[in-house]
Amino acid sequence: MRFLFKTDYEDDIRLFPHSGYVVSYGLLLAVLLIAPYVLSSYLMSQLVFVCIYATVGVALLILTGFTGQASLGHAAFLAIGAYTAAYLQKYNVPFPVYFLTAGILTGCVGALVGFPALRLQGIYLVIATISFAFIVEEILARWESVTNGNEGMRVKALSLLGVTVSRDSPTFYFLCLAVLVLTIVGTLNLLRSPTGRAFVAIRDSETAARSMGVNVALYKVKSFAISAAITGFAGVLFAHKLSFISPEMFTLQLSIEFIIVILIGGTFSLHGAVLGAIFIVMIDPFLTYLKDDMPGIIAGIAATFGAGSATAGNIQSKVAAFASLNGLKGAIYGIIIMLFVLFEPLGIYGRWLKIKLFFQLFPLYKRSTFKRQKIYVKSERNR
Amino acid sequence: MLDFVQQLVSGVALGCVYGLIALGFVLVYKATEVVNFAQGDLMMLGGFFAFTFIGMMGLNYWVGFAGAVAAMALFGMLAERIVVRPILGYPQFSIIMATIGLGYFLRSVAGMIWGTDDFKIETPFSQGVLRIGSLVLAHDKLSVIAATVILCTLLWLFFNKTTLGTAMRASSENMLAAYYMGIPVKRVVSIVWAISAAVATCAGVLLAPITFIHSNVGLVLGLKAFPAAVLGGFGSIPGAVVGGVLIGVIESMAGFYLPEGWKDVAPYIVLLAVLLLKPEGLFGLHARKKV
Repeated sequence: MRFLFKTDYEDDIRLFPHSGYVVSYGLLLAVLLIAPYVLSSYLMSQLVFVCIYATVGVALLILTGFTGQASLGHAAFLAIGAYTAAYLQKYNVPFPVYFLTAGILTGCVGALVGFPALRLQGIYLVIATISFAFIVEEILARWESVTNGNEGMRVKALSLLGVTVSRDSPTFYFLCLAVLVLTIVGTLNLLRSPTGRAFVAIRDSETAARSMGVNVALYKVKSFAISAAITGFAGVLFAHKLSFISPEMFTLQLSIEFIIVILIGGTFSLHGAVLGAIFIVMIDPFLTYLKDDMPGIIAGIAATFGAGSATAGNIQSKVAAFASLNGLKGAIYGIIIMLFVLFEPLGIYGRWLKIKLFFQLFPLYKRSTFKRQKIYVKSERNR
Repeated sequence: MLDFVQQLVSGVALGCVYGLIALGFVLVYKATEVVNFAQGDLMMLGGFFAFTFIGMMGLNYWVGFAGAVAAMALFGMLAERIVVRPILGYPQFSIIMATIGLGYFLRSVAGMIWGTDDFKIETPFSQGVLRIGSLVLAHDKLSVIAATVILCTLLWLFFNKTTLGTAMRASSENMLAAYYMGIPVKRVVSIVWAISAAVATCAGVLLAPITFIHSNVGLVLGLKAFPAAVLGGFGSIPGAVVGGVLIGVIESMAGFYLPEGWKDVAPYIVLLAVLLLKPEGLFGLHARKKV
């Protein structure tokens, strides 16, 4: 444990608060770099998805967590990135070019969405982004000359510097990891720059930010554009990973998954986006585990506690039937969202901070340290 | 011309359903500043309850209807108690997420219980048609319109003429002040959720003959009800119904006169336009910013 005493502004805006961070993140990066040579190909595939989801999570965090503009339309930005890549790839545009084009184009669309969003707040903004996403989804399904409609588009393996990189190769994983790391470092830098400070000021109080001379409109549009651009980059990788894209992949469901990523991870820290991405990607393997192994294990436990083999078999078949129910994933999503909102609004990273603080302040820890203030006073309509 | 009127009537009937769901949004929003993203799923659940009572247990239509409404009112109270009450007073984002989670949960559980097929409820209205000249109006569509008018009037009277309605409006303006004035805010919020779930059930049962009941119907229609609520102005009861009717008419006209594909997007384009030009909606209060 190390206490940080910040004595001047430079201490406050340092990228790494102290050398411990460099060591621990360096170790983490080293582990991630040797991962493809150790882990199975299935887990590698999951890790690539974690990278992509975390990138989108960071993008959404810039917008929702730091600027305070909720969005349920990020699947549309992802779709625009993915489709731009797929379309340009057909005309043999090299990877770096269409990668950048997709990001920039999505950023421009993001700015265009940002302008109308200036007048909207809270629930209205959420609804507006949902409708934007619906309109994009419909355009993708109908603009058949470009997007091939509901048939979907094949995405070839990407070729980088003349080498073909298949979607399961370690090189592709390194590419995704590089994008994620660059995004995170870039976001950290953004957050300690005047722009990032303006974002946070807008989140905390728009009126206060305005009276401090922050151009609220400009920074909101900027936030939308940056967030969309990063999502567009992630979209290119997403398209390559799936190797096939169609409009029904980019639905409201996906947007909600992205929101779940930052909600579960923690909406105030970049760690949250990564933790949330790990969580959401791991739900599928968990369900598979539940389906395949859990019934046997539970029956085994029942047998050890003296249940007869008939009862144990009965239990096993019941658990198996439960685990293979159709909507189990949706139900688990729903329960998880509700539990996190009700009991751990700061997310997984918030829980980690609480545990850390408990040990740091051991006999003096107060439970109310992280308590949020409830506001009953005024209706939001007049606020 | 005949086509136009025919489209208009079916648009109005569809719009009334949107309006009824939007009414649920508005009720909850008016009283507690909470936007209930699970409203559509409450409607779906209400439809399934009615299907269980009428289709599976063979009860009389009206008895089953009343049973479903009562069951859903209880369910609404329960949902409010478990999911919403602990987080009242937190920023909107948390509550939106909580209700999205609730919606997910209800949808999946309904899929588990009743399966993913389409269901149909036999109603007293599903057979007959009303002919005016060469215009053919199905009874089930007319029943939706009539029920909407009745429910809307009752709710308007309730909010503006009864003490409880006034209490609800007061707690919506300023919860803390209402509490200090002796209004039992918690109970008021419970009752609002019960009413909104009951209204959603009415929508679900009325809808059953038109679009069948399946576990995803709530999501589809719930998201269509948003444009309705926004168009009418969030927080206005007549606004919700007028908005719903407008959205329904726009949708059915777009489906008839515009090329394929416009039907599904038209409500959202209208929604975006409304948000851009007049964010407070047609009947909404103009929010003034106080520092």
